[in-house]
Amino acid sequence: MRIRIILDKILTLISTMFALLGIFILFWILKDVIVNGLKSINLEFFLEDPRPPGIEGGGLRNAIFGSLIITIIAVIIAFPIGILSATYINEYSRSSKLSNFVRFIYDVMLSSPSIVIGAYVYALFVKPFKTFSAISGSLALSIIMIPIILKTLDELFKLVPNFTKEAAYALGAQKWRVTVYIIWPYVRTGILTSILLSFARIVGETAPLLFTSFNNMFFELNLFKPMATLTVNIFNFAMSPYENWHKLAWSASFLIVVFVLVVNLLSRFLVKEP
Amino acid sequence: MIFISIFFVLYNEAKLSINKFSFNFLFKETWDPVKEEFGGFVPIIGTILTSILSIIFAFPISLGIAIFISEICPKFLKNFFRTAIELLAGIPSIIYGIWGLFVFVPIMKNKVEPFLIKHLGFIGIFNGEPFGIGLLTASIILSFMIIPFISSTIVELFSLVPIVFKESAYALGSTRFEVIRYVLIPYVKVGIFGSIILGLARAIGETMAVTFVIGNTYKIPKNIYEPTITIASSLANEFTEATTEIYLSSLFYLAFVLFLISFIVFLISRILLLRFVK
Repeated sequence: MRIRIILDKILTLISTMFALLGIFILFWILKDVIVNGLKSINLEFFLEDPRPPGIEGGGLRNAIFGSLIITIIAVIIAFPIGILSATYINEYSRSSKLSNFVRFIYDVMLSSPSIVIGAYVYALFVKPFKTFSAISGSLALSIIMIPIILKTLDELFKLVPNFTKEAAYALGAQKWRVTVYIIWPYVRTGILTSILLSFARIVGETAPLLFTSFNNMFFELNLFKPMATLTVNIFNFAMSPYENWHKLAWSASFLIVVFVLVVNLLSRFLVKEP
Repeated sequence: MIFISIFFVLYNEAKLSINKFSFNFLFKETWDPVKEEFGGFVPIIGTILTSILSIIFAFPISLGIAIFISEICPKFLKNFFRTAIELLAGIPSIIYGIWGLFVFVPIMKNKVEPFLIKHLGFIGIFNGEPFGIGLLTASIILSFMIIPFISSTIVELFSLVPIVFKESAYALGSTRFEVIRYVLIPYVKVGIFGSIILGLARAIGETMAVTFVIGNTYKIPKNIYEPTITIASSLANEFTEATTEIYLSSLFYLAFVLFLISFIVFLISRILLLRFVK
């Protein structure tokens, strides 16, 4: 009789401990990133390009801009494809078998390693043109992003009540009108959150950018040239032996973590709103 | 379509190396860019070892967290814990990498590994030098990253168990332990395996965090502290340095292998979880 109670207590204790461990790891990482990142984040960080090793100061203006540009272009490529294929598999496709097959393929892509996608884009867009380019980085990111958007939107579209659609059809609306005026507006906030979340997700991606957009020590706006990004810079600077580059790497990490957390919490807030 | 083209493009790029080294590539230990001799055995073994070790660390913890969130935690704290676990999943892998390198590696090197060597050193694989960077550290960092995925999958599985089952068990006077052990877990057993495999798929493809802390050495580790290399980290490190065609092609061969492994692992997890998908 007693042993049952003791087992129960032990289980409760262990799982509580593990849950606290999870929280502990989260706050441990956040603490280190914030403490180390804040040390060298200042106006200079946003306004200057990195300096050569050994010279104090410098910033990551090039990388901040690079990350923003590459990610935004990736969103611009990925979003229409994502929303159209989600619409297709929910509304247009005639056989649910085909839809499920498409869903399956997207799930596979969701779980395939991002570095492999980098290698793929390298073979297609970097090797033939013989130069790393920002645009190929955006492409790699968009390939990662499409399945994420599709998956969220797919769930959302299923939530649209059938009678709303049927009411529109009964009024004689064509299919595209129902899609554009009924279905899309119905899930408006959902679409916004899915963009935000996938944006946050790919802003932190590094692996597919290593050999597509590569890196650049200078400020660059040409999409067909290599462009610096925050994440690749974190990788290069942290692996380098120079103290001042380590500092820049921490500041860049700080920036990314803050961004990701804010977007995550914001989208959570948006979901609760409607 | 993109998916199929990934398959063919990778295969096409790897052809040169596949023709030259054939299947022996998978079992050859040498990786020598100077002599142009390439074999993928070490990174493949490294990938398998790190992922399996990380699952061994992550699974019990994830199960504990899942049990806590779905059964033990008071309602008003539930959301807090859920959000925290999801945020843990949201942190980009590069952050785990830099944190692992600058914060976690010194702790492993100066405290944890010497401690393990001292107290468990009599077992072969626990004996060695504390490197800091290496197999053990990489697996632990990896396990931090996959804990959120496994635990949230298990929480969802638990929520599928009909409440009647639980209530009847409680009504018979079972303790919480007995309900979890004899009602919840048996009901979703297959799904739990699926969630483990899903975590495995994540661990196999993870690049950045591992690259920082694995050490990137082409050597089969003799104990759990030694540095080694994984497929993903060798790609990340050497892709832009590959000077000869056969070198690059061998890297594509590795990418191809990685793609196949993760695809197969994904299929297994899918089959196991299929029963629980509506």
